[in-house]
Amino acid sequence: MPAGALCWLPVWRRNLQVWFKLAGPALVGNFGEPLLYLLGLGYGLGSLVGVIGELPYPVFLASGIICSSALFTASFEGMYSAYTRMAVQNTWEAMLATPLDVNDIVLGELIWGATKSLISAVAILTVAAALGAVDGWRALWALPAIFAAGLCFTAMALVIAGLAKNYDFFLYYNTLFVTPSLLLGGVFFPMDGLPPAVRAVAEWLPLTHTVAIVRPLMTGTALSDVSMHLIVLAFYGGVAYVTATALIRRRLHG
Amino acid sequence: MIEAKGLSKCYGKQRVVDALSLCVPAGICWGLLGPNGAGKTTFLRMLTGNTSLTAGRLRVLGYDVPREALKLRRRIGVVPQQDNLDVDFSVVENLRTYASYFGISRIELQPRISELLKFAALESRADSPITALSGGMQRRLSLARALVNEPKLLVLDEPTTGLDPQARQLIWQQLRALRARGLGLVLTTHYMEEATRLCDQVTIMDHGRILDSDSPKKLIARHIEAQVVEVYGTGLDSWHGAKGEALATRFERAGDTCFYYADDERPLLDALRDYPELSYLHRPANLEDVFLRLTGRELRDD
Repeated sequence: MPAGALCWLPVWRRNLQVWFKLAGPALVGNFGEPLLYLLGLGYGLGSLVGVIGELPYPVFLASGIICSSALFTASFEGMYSAYTRMAVQNTWEAMLATPLDVNDIVLGELIWGATKSLISAVAILTVAAALGAVDGWRALWALPAIFAAGLCFTAMALVIAGLAKNYDFFLYYNTLFVTPSLLLGGVFFPMDGLPPAVRAVAEWLPLTHTVAIVRPLMTGTALSDVSMHLIVLAFYGGVAYVTATALIRRRLHG
Repeated sequence: MIEAKGLSKCYGKQRVVDALSLCVPAGICWGLLGPNGAGKTTFLRMLTGNTSLTAGRLRVLGYDVPREALKLRRRIGVVPQQDNLDVDFSVVENLRTYASYFGISRIELQPRISELLKFAALESRADSPITALSGGMQRRLSLARALVNEPKLLVLDEPTTGLDPQARQLIWQQLRALRARGLGLVLTTHYMEEATRLCDQVTIMDHGRILDSDSPKKLIARHIEAQVVEVYGTGLDSWHGAKGEALATRFERAGDTCFYYADDERPLLDALRDYPELSYLHRPANLEDVFLRLTGRELRDD
């Protein structure tokens, strides 16, 4: 048995091994999707938009979709995949017959969701760099930021999985949180143009704070208030993690 | 092996396990019988530390449960009621992954893989995906998987439910082999024949309480006359009024069949010769008779 603090590792490794089996199609998606977005939207829409601030649109967009992709990847993993393991395949039930505890399972899933966000971020960063939409080596600092955001997004999604009675339940979260985050979080356009009321909502979205850290790192613009943005992510992630663990414990241990 | 005192579990106002006290000696095969909703599965969940106790104390293999549940779970194997094998993995990968939850590395497990596959009679299916296995094969793999940590105690929730007779016979042989190796077994079952064949001691429970505990033989001797004659067919009522009721020590009516219990069946069988239109079956009393006597014949749909 790994030492106490590493008990989550077998849970994480199990998911990684399943991912390896399906790595082919997963990687095509990880590399293909951002390529299509950057070519289609970045250059297509970019020819109309021109520059945002001092950034050419493809550069602006690349630093946005690396964040939204973290949100999508982590949310999918924390809701659909985790729910499947919890309620359909009973993978967690099997784990709970062994020396693993609910804490180990939730932590393993949390780190796994962030790992998948990181995998997709590496792919997007590679594509963006190849297209010249990245400002130098400093962009690599975006990866730990994405991992942190991935932890936050996975924890939030695990709360929803802990509450869900079926897959349809996830549509609430997708419609009420994921899509608004995508549209208002500064991925496709800056928040400056939004009406004040909408902007006030957008300021509270964790994706907004992710973009606020990652965009300057990838594009070489000025980075400000990093600790504030990280504290917001840590707050959402921390509250969600504790809540998700409690919900899932109640569900599995009745 | 198991010591429980005043063990209770409530879900809301419903008392699923009600002040259960019992003591199961080490190394035996112990069967837990009861109708649906009797509290068997809840008790097993308590046993593995997977649900809290509302009241009482529970010690399993000397560990205080649920406080020391994680330590306990290193030393037990669990075969769940519904297979929860990892469908994303092959047979061997299932064993390896499950072993990793115990902190057993691939290298440590490797020498035992072939032994486990042989035990499960799955040597030729090592690399098969789980979805390609029959129900019996999956069950055998679940059993082999429960042995990766070389447990002292094996907990099985309805190990042969849904299996065909061949698959069931094989599981029985495997369980007897494990028992002979000194492994303690705890199992629940709805099959009284299974309990009779495998268990040194059985406990019959209902509504969260223990009705009786003993070896199958002693339970039968204590609760039921030695012989049973089941009679059915046209003219049952007239036979019953004229002969059956008087000749049997005790009888029970269930639908179109009458069960007559007696220590000496011969007067009943002699009398039945005069009623050729009736069909009958004579057999020694069994654990199912005890079970029905103690828990009643009405259906349990809860």
